[in-house]
Amino acid sequence: MAEKTLAGKTVQVDDEGFLVNPDDWTEDMAPELAKEIGIDELTDKHWEVIRFMRKDFAEKGQIPSIRRMKNAGGIPTKDLYAMFPEGPAKKAAYIAGLGKPHGCV
Amino acid sequence: MKRLLILGGGTAGTMMANKLAPVLEENEWQITLVDEYETHYYQPGFLFIPFGIYNKNDVIKPKRDFYPSNVEVIMEQVEVIKPKENQIVMKSGKVIGYDLMIIATGSKVHPEETEGLKEDGWYKNIFDFYTIEGAVALRNFLKYWEGGKMVLNIIEMPIKCPVAPLEFVFLADWWFTEQGIRDKVDIKYVTPLPGAFTKPIAAKFLGQFLEKKNIQIVPEFSTGRVDSENNKIISWDEREIDYDLLVTIPTNMGSEVIARSGMGDDLNFIPTDPHTLQSKDYENIFVIGDATDLPSSKAGSVAHFEADVLYENILRAVDGRPLKSAFDGHANCFIESGFNKGILIDFNYDVEPLPGKFPLPGVGPFSLLEETRMNHWGKMTFRWVYWNLLLKGAELPIEAQMTMAGKKRQ
Repeated sequence: MAEKTLAGKTVQVDDEGFLVNPDDWTEDMAPELAKEIGIDELTDKHWEVIRFMRKDFAEKGQIPSIRRMKNAGGIPTKDLYAMFPEGPAKKAAYIAGLGKPHGCV
Repeated sequence: MKRLLILGGGTAGTMMANKLAPVLEENEWQITLVDEYETHYYQPGFLFIPFGIYNKNDVIKPKRDFYPSNVEVIMEQVEVIKPKENQIVMKSGKVIGYDLMIIATGSKVHPEETEGLKEDGWYKNIFDFYTIEGAVALRNFLKYWEGGKMVLNIIEMPIKCPVAPLEFVFLADWWFTEQGIRDKVDIKYVTPLPGAFTKPIAAKFLGQFLEKKNIQIVPEFSTGRVDSENNKIISWDEREIDYDLLVTIPTNMGSEVIARSGMGDDLNFIPTDPHTLQSKDYENIFVIGDATDLPSSKAGSVAHFEADVLYENILRAVDGRPLKSAFDGHANCFIESGFNKGILIDFNYDVEPLPGKFPLPGVGPFSLLEETRMNHWGKMTFRWVYWNLLLKGAELPIEAQMTMAGKKRQ
């Protein structure tokens, strides 16, 4: 298992750089994770998404889908695609330290 | 008298009724099956209707023909499930209590979930083939179509039978060739996935088939809306694709009764233990087939393998014994590839589709992840197997759990 240092703390990551343990994550890691995938600045709207994802994951034990972010989080799908281009579910989960969302068969 | 309630008389519910009716003690257990519809559809056959290979009568039979005689059948809509009270309430207001319940309410397509999809173009030059109405309307369109841009588009995952869209474009390539208009048809396969399939080895293998058949794949395209006035589909990130004919796989969702009962996720699929098939929230409720939220394929073969595991777990629940965590996500799919050939894939939660022989290791007669005539023959024979063996709960010579025997690691 690979490791990397984020905000001065060493954490375990998978092959694609997703955090292995969501509990390792702290808010000050998010800007570094975002830069890694080409998002230079996290706006308030980004933070709204990240915080909803963290809260929903803590309650439900599952990474919220794009549909759930719309229904339960009130975040329009179009906005998600604008904020996290080319795969918002994956990118937002990456920044929120939630591991890779498992696709469906 | 205790009651085992089965909600849904489709593939999974009918199989469970047929497996349990002969073995549950009749003096102790009443099996009651609830389904509001009369007709059973052989859904894998819908794929063949647009090309005139099957017609409507080839894929329908009365549901009643398949229910065991000692099962009480109620043909009415369920208004709401009250899992905390072990009751369901029917549309008429009648209340039915249960001791154990199997939910097999399936999934269906919801074109109205996508902006612009079910508007002016619907059944004019936009069709689905996951419903009998869509498949027949598409048949009538294709009969007289002279060619142009055909786009096959998967709106979002998960969908039932994730290989059916591939089969559709493979068959379309064959059919347009037979009609002598293949050179006048441009076929695009537009998917939200990164490739032709979810798992890497099969995605590569099936991707080569698309290329060979001159079908262009457009990956990672998540459809945001349809502009049916200008014949375009537009992704959430504003990419556009033109079409003359749009064959769409709309959003798939679980039954509305699950939503009304507050028992599902955002797509009305029910949180289910992936190995025991018990509901995650209620210990006397079990879930099978498309109604679950499992990360397995939504397909008849999966329902069939689940039924073998669930049968045993229902008997264990009846006897008050611990459940078996025996379901492994096993799926087995024939992929019709056109020109009377087919491909077969066999996989589970952990093992992706691999090449080899099936079901007899080294012998076959079917070949995994390989295109053969025998695989096509298997696909066409399956309709008979479905009506005559599978729905009736008969044992098939295939184990519920996937086996590595006969498969080659790459």
